[in-house]
Amino acid sequence: MSTLEIKDLHVSIDTEQGEKEILKGVSLVINTNETHAIMGPNGSGKSTLASTIAGHPRYKVTSGSITLDGADVLEMSVDERAKAGLFLAMQYPVEVPGVTMTNFLRTAKTAIDGEAPKLRTWTKDVKEAMAKLKIDADFAGRNVNEGFSGGEKKRVEILQMELFKPKFSILDETDSGLDVDALKTVSEGVNRAQEENQMGTLLITHYTRILRYIKPDFVHVFVDGRIAEQGGAELADRLEEEGYDRFLNVQA
Amino acid sequence: MSETTTQIPEEKARIGAPSIPGFTEEGENLSPLNDSASSPLAGASSKSHSHGGGEGVADSSRAGRLTSYNVEDFPKLTGREEDWRFTPLKRIGSLHTAELTGKAPKVELTGSENVTLRTVAADDAIRGNAFTPDDRVSANGWKYADGAQVLTIPANAENTKSVLRITGESLEPAAQHLVIVAEENSEAMVVIDHVGSAVLAQNIEFDVRQGARLRVVSLQAWESDAIHASSQQAVVAKDATFKHIVVTFGGDLVRVNPSARFAGEHAEIELYGLYFADAGQHLEHRLFVDHAVPNCKSNVLYKGALQGKGAHTVWVGDVLIQKAAVGTDSYEANRNLVLTDGTRADSVPNLEIETGLIDGAGHASTTGRFDDEHLFYLMARGIDEKTARRLVVRGFLNEIVQQIGDEQLEERLTETIEEELAATHL
Ligand SMILES: Nc1ncnc2c1ncn2[C@@H]1O[C@H](COP(=O)(O)OP(=O)(O)OP(=O)(O)O)[C@@H](O)[C@H]1O
Ligand SMILES: [Mg+2]
Repeated sequence: MSTLEIKDLHVSIDTEQGEKEILKGVSLVINTNETHAIMGPNGSGKSTLASTIAGHPRYKVTSGSITLDGADVLEMSVDERAKAGLFLAMQYPVEVPGVTMTNFLRTAKTAIDGEAPKLRTWTKDVKEAMAKLKIDADFAGRNVNEGFSGGEKKRVEILQMELFKPKFSILDETDSGLDVDALKTVSEGVNRAQEENQMGTLLITHYTRILRYIKPDFVHVFVDGRIAEQGGAELADRLEEEGYDRFLNVQA
Repeated sequence: MSETTTQIPEEKARIGAPSIPGFTEEGENLSPLNDSASSPLAGASSKSHSHGGGEGVADSSRAGRLTSYNVEDFPKLTGREEDWRFTPLKRIGSLHTAELTGKAPKVELTGSENVTLRTVAADDAIRGNAFTPDDRVSANGWKYADGAQVLTIPANAENTKSVLRITGESLEPAAQHLVIVAEENSEAMVVIDHVGSAVLAQNIEFDVRQGARLRVVSLQAWESDAIHASSQQAVVAKDATFKHIVVTFGGDLVRVNPSARFAGEHAEIELYGLYFADAGQHLEHRLFVDHAVPNCKSNVLYKGALQGKGAHTVWVGDVLIQKAAVGTDSYEANRNLVLTDGTRADSVPNLEIETGLIDGAGHASTTGRFDDEHLFYLMARGIDEKTARRLVVRGFLNEIVQQIGDEQLEERLTETIEEELAATHL
């Protein structure tokens, strides 16, 4: 069993007006096989948490810790975190010029596993995974995310998650921008990865729709850089009905 | 407006600061390197979408450009001329003013035996069949070239391959003239491999005769002190194909001007280029495709990478579709990949169309930046920083490398690209 543990995490960014604290003490423990949903108003710091776990250099951890099975994640470079088994499906996947999907996937897989995948099975794995996610075969020859539609980008993030088999995945609004069918396809992908690899999942979302397909064990409400409330799946339904007013009012 | 300058300031861009995502078309104001208060933007460029010539002033059209065998016909350069406005004249080793009497680079031929190399006198009739100097430097080179070396691919020769190794051994300003004749229905690959050190005004002419298929690779692998201005002109006869691939890595200042003119119908011209500019290097490519006859096809693609403080690339692509050139199909594109701050990429596609009866004509210019977000994305997938950079650059330039069609040379270029990348200090 693996554990990803976030303890009293404070994170700031440099802005033109100086340093600004975005995360103000976040604590969260995710174990193998668990699904945690994070919901919360725009700008509350959800993507900041996700990017900080992945190691984006823009975010400065001022105090607190992130550990993966006891190992200090904050000490690791971005690629080391991926190799250690962390995966971030980004809210806005980046277009990378000059690199084809095929080349990218193989290079990343080689880096993560520490050895090149066997060519024959790899090609087959990629093809099958693409087919399951209803990604057209000629995406393999296109440059990473270049000109992909919003929904296509999200599907390709999940494709990577399935192929790289991380211990923990952070899905930052992967459901946003997906049509109803794609939402189902993508959810099935996540469920497969959870079953096959006992993946732990941190699912950031604004909508309960995806939670019908991916059942959360825990729901956390993120407000102003903190977890304001935690509960089970039923909390999501309540949020959908009531919105975040109750948390924002408390604050005001 | 089809001109773009992408200047990446020297300070390290703040992560998350606005950047150019992937490759986007953009149209920023173009500031000439050589300051000029009154110099208008290329008339040809502003005319490019008027589809009928418009009322451009005479010298704004590429067709109106002065050509002459007499260097005195070209006014002294100020740097403000349309075709010199991006070139740092101070660094051109006086090629436009000096007596070019230095020792010309050594020329050695290897390869297919039926391809021959001979030396002729400067006044030999073969010189100038496919060549007219079109700027002051090439005219000066014409004046001082001590004869010419003539490479002949005999008629009907099949699949020949020749390497002309051009070795520069002196930094005295020099001139050189090469003639390459691809006789009727021959099929050839010619590699012109520039190495060593030189300050050189070079003129190369390609006489591509009826039905010939000539593929040329001009490789600028100079030492870092070389200065090289090369005017490479081709005349392409009926049913012939001319494929020209420029590869520029080395040298302090390199300015290669390939131009190709159709002389008969159903011919095809492909101009490819690949350049990799490091700190302080000025690499300039100005090309010209002249559709003077009907039913010909041309395709142009240049790709460049830039890294390091003061790396400057210039690409100007003039395509002229003359009134007579009905049934023309033409496309030109330039794509630049900026790897670090402190570089400048100028890109100017000029498309002049004088007849509406064409199959197609288009141009594109993009400059994309490999930035911290790209790097983060790749690293977040386990790829280390070095590999990530290599992946992007290799992938980007590979499209041109593949055009070469010679395994050994492709390998050498791939290695050179790796070396260039290894030298990046970030
Ligand atoms: N460069 C910046 N300057 C000022 N504030 C910034 C900057 N970058 C991020 N922020 C702020 O940080 C806060 C947290 O942003 P974050 O992207 O983590 O929110 P989020 O919870 O993911 O929102 P959403 O639901 O809209 O995706 C926001 O208020 C945002 O405006
Ligand atoms: Mg967000």
